[in-house]
Amino acid sequence: MPIPVLKLTNITKTFGSVIANQDVNLTLEQGEMLALLGENGAGKTTLMSILFGHYTADSGAVEVFGKQLPEGSPRAAIDAGVGMVHQHFTLAENMTVLENVMLGTESLLSPRHDKKTARGRLEELMERFCLELNPSARVKDLSVGEQQRVEILKVLYRNARILILDEPTSVLTPQEADHLFTTLRQLVKEGLSVIFITHKMREVMTASDRCAVLRQGRVVFEAATGDTSAEELARAMVGSEIPKTRRADRQRQADREMLCLDAVQVADATGKRLLNNLTLRLNSHEILGIAGVSGNGQAQLADLLSGLIQPTAGRIIIQGKPLAKPSPAAMLKHGLGRVPDDRTGTGLVADMTVMENLATESYRQPGFARRGVLNFKAMASHARQLIKSFDVRCPGIDTPVRKLSGGNMQKLILARVLADKPSIIIVNQPTWGLDVGATAYVHQQLLDAAERGAGVILISEDLDEIFRVADRIQVMYQGALSAPMPTREVERAELGLLMSGNRSPQGCALGGAA
Amino acid sequence: MRIEARENISLTMKTLSPVMAVGVAMAVCSMLLIWANASPLEGWMLMLKGALGSKFAVTETLTRATPLIFTGLAAAVAFRAKLWNIGGEGQLYIGAVVATWLGAGSLELPSYFMIPYLFIAGALAGGLLLLIPTLLKTKLQVDEVVTTLLLNFIVLLFVNWLVFGPWKDPMAMGWPQAAPVVDSALLPQLLARTRLHLGFILALASAVGVWWFMRATTWGFEIRAVGASPKASRFAGMPVNAAIVRTALLSGGLAAMAGVSELCGVKEYLTLDLSPGFGYSGIVVAMLAALHPLGVVASSIFVAVIYIGADSMSRAINISNYIADVITAVSLLAVLVSMFLAKYRIRWR
Repeated sequence: MPIPVLKLTNITKTFGSVIANQDVNLTLEQGEMLALLGENGAGKTTLMSILFGHYTADSGAVEVFGKQLPEGSPRAAIDAGVGMVHQHFTLAENMTVLENVMLGTESLLSPRHDKKTARGRLEELMERFCLELNPSARVKDLSVGEQQRVEILKVLYRNARILILDEPTSVLTPQEADHLFTTLRQLVKEGLSVIFITHKMREVMTASDRCAVLRQGRVVFEAATGDTSAEELARAMVGSEIPKTRRADRQRQADREMLCLDAVQVADATGKRLLNNLTLRLNSHEILGIAGVSGNGQAQLADLLSGLIQPTAGRIIIQGKPLAKPSPAAMLKHGLGRVPDDRTGTGLVADMTVMENLATESYRQPGFARRGVLNFKAMASHARQLIKSFDVRCPGIDTPVRKLSGGNMQKLILARVLADKPSIIIVNQPTWGLDVGATAYVHQQLLDAAERGAGVILISEDLDEIFRVADRIQVMYQGALSAPMPTREVERAELGLLMSGNRSPQGCALGGAA
Repeated sequence: MRIEARENISLTMKTLSPVMAVGVAMAVCSMLLIWANASPLEGWMLMLKGALGSKFAVTETLTRATPLIFTGLAAAVAFRAKLWNIGGEGQLYIGAVVATWLGAGSLELPSYFMIPYLFIAGALAGGLLLLIPTLLKTKLQVDEVVTTLLLNFIVLLFVNWLVFGPWKDPMAMGWPQAAPVVDSALLPQLLARTRLHLGFILALASAVGVWWFMRATTWGFEIRAVGASPKASRFAGMPVNAAIVRTALLSGGLAAMAGVSELCGVKEYLTLDLSPGFGYSGIVVAMLAALHPLGVVASSIFVAVIYIGADSMSRAINISNYIADVITAVSLLAVLVSMFLAKYRIRWR
């Protein structure tokens, strides 16, 4: 049996009382594509950071090509042939592709930089691995998918033999993701080995040779991908049966129009159009999914519907009545419930208590205040009832919200929003960073709200989420919305094209994309 | 060196940390006393005696604490809303100016109308003075630290002009001071033959009132929420700018009440030494109290003890009374560091 290219033995790492990794054993063979799965906080990133020398393990050893790696030295990891592509790119935006690739490979003090040789090597790499890019393009002018290719080239340029990618597809369209996996396949064929971290089951099943599941810092499951199923992996990730979201087939004929955006435009101070001619109709009893790659105007759409920004042209019509002056208070008054993407910054006042946060939108209602004096008794019993019915796990209603977990924060916001029985609900990235259980809970709440007759707008960058709960889908690209499509009649590939502005991704001689 | 947040802060740590801070401050200041050729032990004894050693000493200390409670509350309320009002001194003087204007003979009222009238008018003036930098902040994003601080000097120069010019009292034998307030405007003494006056009771009542207001009213709730997170408050539909404006009116008003209280309770006439920096000391007081309105009462008395005690000590053993400023400053630093260390731990590696 050949020596594994990478071998982790009994890695344990704790942060204070939190165990991030415990007795982790993992091997990677040459020419293998390993998927590392796990929920948020399962310890995937910590493990990879130990491997790459960012952290020092409490105990355990890392061996690369049979040789033990010294602890806590990224330089040693790079020299041994380990390359890491981070989830958040580490590129100098105002420099060219070539300069970014060269950065750090030459001494800063050397009098001249041999760009010609470097360019030759880079072009050779690009050809060999089918990673087409213009070496003299500035990084800031590249798409996200192209920037990721620069990151991969950077790693290959440093002669990496083992590639680690942390959540590589989280910022990509489906086509770009397919393209990425084609590239990775090619790398593996050339004898390199790849580990990619993910929590998306579909990627594991289609792209990996073998997979390992981390839960609470331990490897709980390991198998060849062909011998397992998505269901089995999901169970291993969660540690129990996944709560299934159930959706009833709804009666559609009674639907009324709840919200309508009529040719709405939003421009920033310089006159640049952030939202362009948006038209959207939301009916009762439905969930409208807004898909798109991050940064295409979703944030502005959410702010607009939350009342935080004003349209520069066009109208917002709520249940048939045009809204004169949008503001957060006006939105609340018209029955709009809003769940923002930034929980601690926008959705909650982190330093105030659970009870106070549940009251931030309703403290002036007659039940909670009389002549400007708060009724703590009513607020407390309201809060107690809400944390019970929404299953918010917290020591008590006087706990500062800062101390809650992400899932419980999101439940708290949902509790506040849904307690007012809103007829329209706007949610932005509602399951970002949540574990599978909390995600299923959030989805169920949205489905239930729609069943009760509310109209829900779900803005999400997670296509799986949109496919799971949305009735209709619109795609956002560069501040404009596509025509709505019923979820049942739409293909993933079709959405991907819309998400990238209807341009097909650059073809590559390898084929096999989508 | 790394700084980590502590997961749980025990009650012992919470209560012990300020005590230890005072201990550290005393140790540091002891060295100063030794440097000044004085015995630290004797110094501290004299200080304690001077501040709390007799009935008269206690009343002097409480008299000194009175304006500090008002300015401390002013700073605590404003800082809670992250409105950085450094202009307490100017607001204090404007309160005293208005009280002099209305109370020095232009109007005759019985005492039980006159006193509330002067306090309300003074507070309004202080609130309106702080409104200028506050509106500049909310409308034009002008930094209020700069504007409130600079307004202090404008107000002081204005008072300077008044007491040297149009308001100069011809009966004051050439001293730059305005005419005294009428008898009905004077705050009654609480104890015979002491300087402790009704202003102290008003200050205590204000502390309780502010505490209740911030905790139990919708306006107080808004102020706390806006201070803790303007973004989340705006998202929740709260009137963010209105909350800041209300904070300004309250904070400026409280600082001005310190001026009215000093004028009608202690000095009786407007001069340029009405306040030895009570407006600035209020910031210290508020920080020591961790911005809690009831804590302000305790920290005001603490600061007053140091001032009165150090003053008395320096006279008794003949060293500079600047030692009082140094002791307050060192205590403040020590308490702030201890509050930080109670929340965070430092790891050496």
